[in-house]
Amino acid sequence: MGRADATGQRLAAIFMMGCVLLNHPIASLFSRPVDLGGIPLPYAYVFFAWGLVIALMAWVVERPRD
Amino acid sequence: MLQGWVIVAVSLAYLGVLFAIATFGDRRAEAGRSIIANPWTYALSLAVYCTTWTFYGSVGRAASSGIGFLPVYLGPTLMVALWWLVLRKIIRISKAYRITSIADLVASRYGKSQLLGGLVTVIAVVGVIPYISLQLKAISGSFSILLRYPSVVMPGGGTDSPPFHDHAFYIAIALAAFTILFGTRHLDVTERHEGLVAAIAFESLVKLLAFLAVGAFVTYGVYGGVGDIFRRAAESPRLRELASAAGAGGSWGNWILLTLLSMLSVMFLPRQFQISVVENVDEDHLRKAIWLFPLYLLLINLFVLPVALGGLMIFADGQVDADTFVLTLPMARRAEGLALFAYLGGLSAGTGMVIVETIALSTMVCNDLVMPVLLRMRSLRLNERRDVSRLLVSIRRLAIVLILFLGYLYFRMAGEAYALVAIGLISFAAVAQFAPAILGGIYWRRATRAGAFAGLLAGFAAWAYTLALPSIARSGWLSAAFVEEGPFGIALLRPQQLFGLTGLDGTSHALFWSLLANVGLYVGVSLWTNPRPEELRQAALFVDVLERTAAPERTRVGPGRASAADLLPVIGRFLGPGRAREAFLAYARRRGVGTIDELRADADVVQFAETQLAGAIGSASARVIVSSVVKEEPPGLDEVMDILDEATQVRAYSRQLEQKQRELETATAELRAANARLQELDRLKDEFMSTVTHELRTPLTSIRAVSEILLDSPEIAPEERERFLAIIVKETERLTRLINQTLDMAKIESGSAEWHTAELDVQEIVREAVDATSQLFREKGVALSVRTAGPLPPVRGDRDRLMQVLINLLSNAVKFCPPTAGRVEVRAEMAAGAVRVDVEDNGPGIPARDHEAIFERFKRLAVDGQPAGSGLGLAISRRIVEHLGGRLWVDSDVGRGSIFSFALPLETPAPAGDGVPARIAG
Amino acid sequence: MRERILIVDDEPSIVVPLEFLMRREGWDVEVAADGVAALEAVARVAPNLVILDVMLPKMNGFEVCERLRADPRWRGLRILMLTAKGREQEVQKGLDVGADAYVTKPFSTRDLVARIRGLLGGPR
Repeated sequence: MGRADATGQRLAAIFMMGCVLLNHPIASLFSRPVDLGGIPLPYAYVFFAWGLVIALMAWVVERPRD
Repeated sequence: MLQGWVIVAVSLAYLGVLFAIATFGDRRAEAGRSIIANPWTYALSLAVYCTTWTFYGSVGRAASSGIGFLPVYLGPTLMVALWWLVLRKIIRISKAYRITSIADLVASRYGKSQLLGGLVTVIAVVGVIPYISLQLKAISGSFSILLRYPSVVMPGGGTDSPPFHDHAFYIAIALAAFTILFGTRHLDVTERHEGLVAAIAFESLVKLLAFLAVGAFVTYGVYGGVGDIFRRAAESPRLRELASAAGAGGSWGNWILLTLLSMLSVMFLPRQFQISVVENVDEDHLRKAIWLFPLYLLLINLFVLPVALGGLMIFADGQVDADTFVLTLPMARRAEGLALFAYLGGLSAGTGMVIVETIALSTMVCNDLVMPVLLRMRSLRLNERRDVSRLLVSIRRLAIVLILFLGYLYFRMAGEAYALVAIGLISFAAVAQFAPAILGGIYWRRATRAGAFAGLLAGFAAWAYTLALPSIARSGWLSAAFVEEGPFGIALLRPQQLFGLTGLDGTSHALFWSLLANVGLYVGVSLWTNPRPEELRQAALFVDVLERTAAPERTRVGPGRASAADLLPVIGRFLGPGRAREAFLAYARRRGVGTIDELRADADVVQFAETQLAGAIGSASARVIVSSVVKEEPPGLDEVMDILDEATQVRAYSRQLEQKQRELETATAELRAANARLQELDRLKDEFMSTVTHELRTPLTSIRAVSEILLDSPEIAPEERERFLAIIVKETERLTRLINQTLDMAKIESGSAEWHTAELDVQEIVREAVDATSQLFREKGVALSVRTAGPLPPVRGDRDRLMQVLINLLSNAVKFCPPTAGRVEVRAEMAAGAVRVDVEDNGPGIPARDHEAIFERFKRLAVDGQPAGSGLGLAISRRIVEHLGGRLWVDSDVGRGSIFSFALPLETPAPAGDGVPARIAG
Repeated sequence: MRERILIVDDEPSIVVPLEFLMRREGWDVEVAADGVAALEAVARVAPNLVILDVMLPKMNGFEVCERLRADPRWRGLRILMLTAKGREQEVQKGLDVGADAYVTKPFSTRDLVARIRGLLGGPR
């Protein structure tokens, strides 16, 4: 498997993970009136998951090439 | 004090800076030191996705639906993860085939269809115009609001004033002028707009910084941080609900559909396609963009909810539109500089979008709508113009003005009735219709032109009915009853609850129906129609683009042949002569030759020319232009076979198999025939051998018998002994003759006999033959007379052979004549253009059924008491005469004597050649 | 009673030595030059033995042999086939049609005479 292939497939996996994380029903698990350091949980969760997806993508595409 | 002129001056100055950046970028590009050839610029320019809708509208949507504004940014984030697979492929396709717009992409994929290109263009223009009007509305709104500084007053009712009192009108004009300056500064139309991209990247930076500044100001300046805002907001039950997901736009269904919608939009909005595909310098820039672009989206949305909540708390009376919070909050706090910065941020968001979008649309309008029509109008003689590139630029400029005018018109008609986000979503839903045709097109070979057309048309129609019509109705141009009760009161056809579907908001509802119709028809019609060869070819080129471009030496499939010299002037008309020459020269060098003239006139150069032209006027029009020059050959079967999908390859394979089988059958038949011939020859040889041995055995038998008798009977009488010895001598002679004639025959039949051709006097040969055989006649007492009719013209032939024939005929005649009463007459005369010789005897005659048989080998007629001949004489004679171009036959009947005749043509057609094998039949 | 031999051949140069040989043995000799004449001669002289060439004008030797064998009058007749075609199938054919012996040309005169003597001396 070429590196480009691996990158594409890893990114596709991240895509699917993101779809699950940022949608019903996973996201609705966090739809409760709880605060996280003053920030409402749903809001904090969405931004956290969002950031996680971005970080993973950055990691996949920016790893030093072997 | 922010006076009108200050705002105008700052706006103009900002545009001036943009222009300077663009100019600088172009200069650097020309100098070969591109400033946009780095992934950061690429990623930033992609943020043209964030328009005033984001800058102002996100806060507005957040103020009404909490985190419901987020799917529009989460969708792109997710989609970006697939870019490595999908967008990279589209970029590769576009670079390989010089595709410059989304309409061109669709048209090219489905066999360079002008119709499809036109349809996509219409959908794009109609669909995106609300989006452009949205920018006009936002910019003019922000201008009006800022003008009232320090008081915060909503601009409402402005659309009633005549256009020349309307800010939006001037803004539209300014944007048109600016776009023309940006997008069509160059006469050449294919070059990427490097300066523009640089300016757009700069704008992205400005709007991000402006928004972050306002966000930070509201969060940390006005309030005590994010936690403080949420705490205070939590005091109000309404805001508390807003901050939690419970208020997420109402339902998860909408959330999912909005995510999907924005996923498609980020790829298929004309401006996104322009920036991410057309303006892409290096495929590898995707790498950085994949995480930088989503990060940008995250950052610009970080403060949306805090700003929305802050605004809702500060303007608690609801007098201020939430869409303006980004601008009005700094104003309310008398942060003059920040307010101006916020205004500039909005301006950059708006101008960036308008400029790129109208450039993209104008390219499509020019290449896929206007050019096909112009090319059809023969009276324009577009093909014969020397330089059409100027015309192209004019068309594009006109298109830019027209598009902005339409945007302004929509703004005047419907703009006030809608929130920013709602207008944007109308456009999103329109461009989402491109997704099936494009995504299907780059992965699914079986997709056909008819399928794409049906899908697009159905999707567009559904979009128009469920989304565009209600928007028009809402702005009062159509009876509201149409939307509320359905056309003619048919509730089932209510545009926003089509077939009674409820529970989705307008956009989601429209997206659901339009994509359902689109995908359904696209797949269905594709499966039930057959792609044409041209479509199959393009399908293969698109679907396998990664493999193809990785191996560029693979045979290109050409549409025909033409020389570079023929193509250059044509391309020159559209690209400008200089640029065309440069392109061809570069191409020539790539092909390993020094000059354009050395380029071979092959399919490859045509392909190159068409690709170059496609960059300027779109693939469908390029095809029309090039085919007018090139002797168009419909794609040859072999060519198409060459590139088609596996099914076709299998078909080709089975076709080869069939052919092989046919060849095999032919070969078998030939073999069988050859074998039959060999067997026949073998049989003939056996027969011949058997006959020859028989002919040999007979004289040998008598010689042996007689010799043994002589040996065993010393007492034998002398006269008896003499008789026996005579037999031996005679039979030996017979053997010799037989052997000689057999060899002679074999030589003639195999063609190895030597022929000494010369001019012959037949009368002289007759005389000599008569002399040579006179002894035979005398012995038997047969009378011989010669009759000739004057001098005869010479014939060509071999003297000795002809003599052989005559002697054979004469000796046969003697043989069959009764002794003493026998008479033989030889006649030589002209008959029917030939010299004819008859040898007539008064022998017993030959029955008609034997007339041909006597010319066969070893066929002899029994004559009592006559020495038997070898049985070869007549056979040899006939072959000799035939070799000389004449014929030998007999006329005879029992009791009537026989006439053997041969005729030799005067102009003997060059005999098969001296010593050249004369073919034996069979 | 002297044995009567009928020689059937169309080649005079073969008939002449054959005739000489037969007479030397003290037999009477008749000659026929073709198949039809051979049948007539058999009927006329009722020979003890026929030397029958295969390649004959008018009617070939096989046919003559068959006719003779089909006629009960000539039950005791000896037939010696004489041919220049020495291939096995011809020999077989000759024996099939009822020849008593089959001699190929060229032949040894001593052998031929010995065969004929044998045929004449054998049981009828």
